[in-house]
Amino acid sequence: MSDLSKLNNLATQIRRDIVRMVHGVQSGHPGGSLGCTDYLVALYFNVMKYSNPFKMTGKGEDMFFLSNGHISPGWYATLARAGFFELNELSTFREINTRLQGHPATEENLPGVRVASGSLGQGLSVACGAALAKKIDGDPHHVFVLMGDGEQEEGQVWEAAMFAAHHKIDNLIATIDYNGQQIDGPVDEVMSLGDLAGKYESFGWDVLSCNGNNIQEIIDKLNIAKDRSGQGKPIVICMKTEMGKGVDFMEGSHKWHGIPPSDEDLENALNQLEETIGDY
Amino acid sequence: MTKFTFTEKKDTRSGFGDGLYELGKSNSNVVGLCADLIGSLKMGAFQKEFPDRFFQVGIAEANMMGIAAGLATAGKIPFTGTFANFSTGRVYDQLRQSIAYSEKNVKVCASHAGLTLGEDGATHQMLEDIGMTKMLPNFTVVVPCDYNQTKAATIAIADHVGPVYLRFGRPKWPIFTNDEPFVIGKAQHLIEGTDVTIFATGHMVWKAIEAEARLADEGISAEVINLHTIKPLDNDAILRSVSKTGCVVTAEEHQVHGGMGESVAQVLVRNHPVPQEFVAVNDEFGESGKPEELLDKYGLGTQDIVNAAKKSIQRKG
Repeated sequence: MSDLSKLNNLATQIRRDIVRMVHGVQSGHPGGSLGCTDYLVALYFNVMKYSNPFKMTGKGEDMFFLSNGHISPGWYATLARAGFFELNELSTFREINTRLQGHPATEENLPGVRVASGSLGQGLSVACGAALAKKIDGDPHHVFVLMGDGEQEEGQVWEAAMFAAHHKIDNLIATIDYNGQQIDGPVDEVMSLGDLAGKYESFGWDVLSCNGNNIQEIIDKLNIAKDRSGQGKPIVICMKTEMGKGVDFMEGSHKWHGIPPSDEDLENALNQLEETIGDY
Repeated sequence: MTKFTFTEKKDTRSGFGDGLYELGKSNSNVVGLCADLIGSLKMGAFQKEFPDRFFQVGIAEANMMGIAAGLATAGKIPFTGTFANFSTGRVYDQLRQSIAYSEKNVKVCASHAGLTLGEDGATHQMLEDIGMTKMLPNFTVVVPCDYNQTKAATIAIADHVGPVYLRFGRPKWPIFTNDEPFVIGKAQHLIEGTDVTIFATGHMVWKAIEAEARLADEGISAEVINLHTIKPLDNDAILRSVSKTGCVVTAEEHQVHGGMGESVAQVLVRNHPVPQEFVAVNDEFGESGKPEELLDKYGLGTQDIVNAAKKSIQRKG
């Protein structure tokens, strides 16, 4: 089996994990999680260099921050599949006494999580700080951060965008999950982002675009981004994804932003997502 | 005559700037961040000496708090500098999620707190910051009283692992404490007394010392304790003093709601209920004026503490 087939199988399995986790507790955000699964797989299973056991400071390794914390099911499943913690712990998602909080948190010491997120707009700033620390320390590794597209409506994102360009944080690779949906409807109806790539360009960023549901393309783009780092500009990838990707009745609709599937929905979804390497 | 004397007045923010500069020399993990107020925060010396560890953030305080959280994640000890209103109200969600809940070792250093900011008026006279920060789990809240103590506190909080809110101010204020090391959470016993305990914090500690002298002239023996750490509060020191004096005045440059006095009241109610009078801003905004004029107008003058002490003693019955 080719490496790419393995990654695609992994993504399918993680999508099963996501749907089962959200169904299990009847709570959580399946739509964005399914849309970003391919990115997380590309990042954790190909592009990013990190240590296990988990090291909070990220010294001497790549670091990842999830700013759109509500896609925690996708991130937790990826972290578990990457060996940060036991797979079975996924069944505790959002339950009382869990380390897998509704939105990511550090308080329970879940390996892989470096900062709480959920209140949107804060992750890019945090990633800027971590990237600055790498520059102070002469650490050549990269800092990755994923944001949502609706999240771009938060003012703090643009404070950080201005800062990163001004201070030439060129070891920072941001990605925007551009699925075009937010809670109240399509982004274009709620608060249109206009020319998002142009906005980042005008702020002084190096801007790439990518199909976020094609693992090979994501890997290629992230590697291009790494190649273009160190040249005085922060890098952002506008990544087109489909919300709910892999489950036909969830695809492309904001309705599945934060709604759990029923028993019938679960069966329907799992029929579309083959169990590739074993359920938790 | 006050039991403490001073030969010099200096602003507490200069204590912060000088302390930060000392820290820069002794601890290479200390990083400075400022939101376009380097001069006001007295961070210039640190910036000049350690340019690789200092970042101008511009007028973007929310971003500054997030950057600080990221630096702390990577093992640095970031000190953010801006005015108290921009250090708290402006960035409360960032303090809450990225710093407090995320357990980040960030030092939020806030100048120009309280009425004594003066002429800039109510927009900048932060009177709610002690309340906001003490409510956040994991936060330590420190309010030193003069230049020396602010410098010592700045140095001390670098050794404390966890988020700290350090509050200081703008005006030149009497320097009356020694250059002694600062111990977080340990109240400073300044004057022994038997009739009433005055717990004060920040600039109001000097006012409490002045009030003690006036009370002594009238034959009243007041104990003065500097509660420079609002959280964690030195419960033992409070209860020890109150078991002797039997009544309390709290004095702070802050709203009565959510301030240090409220924290003291909670300790008393739970352990040793006694009369307490609050010298604080009474649920209103400040205004432009000179620091002393403002303290007097808003009931935070020396005589207000004297009157509160008498009332508290009277209520003992």
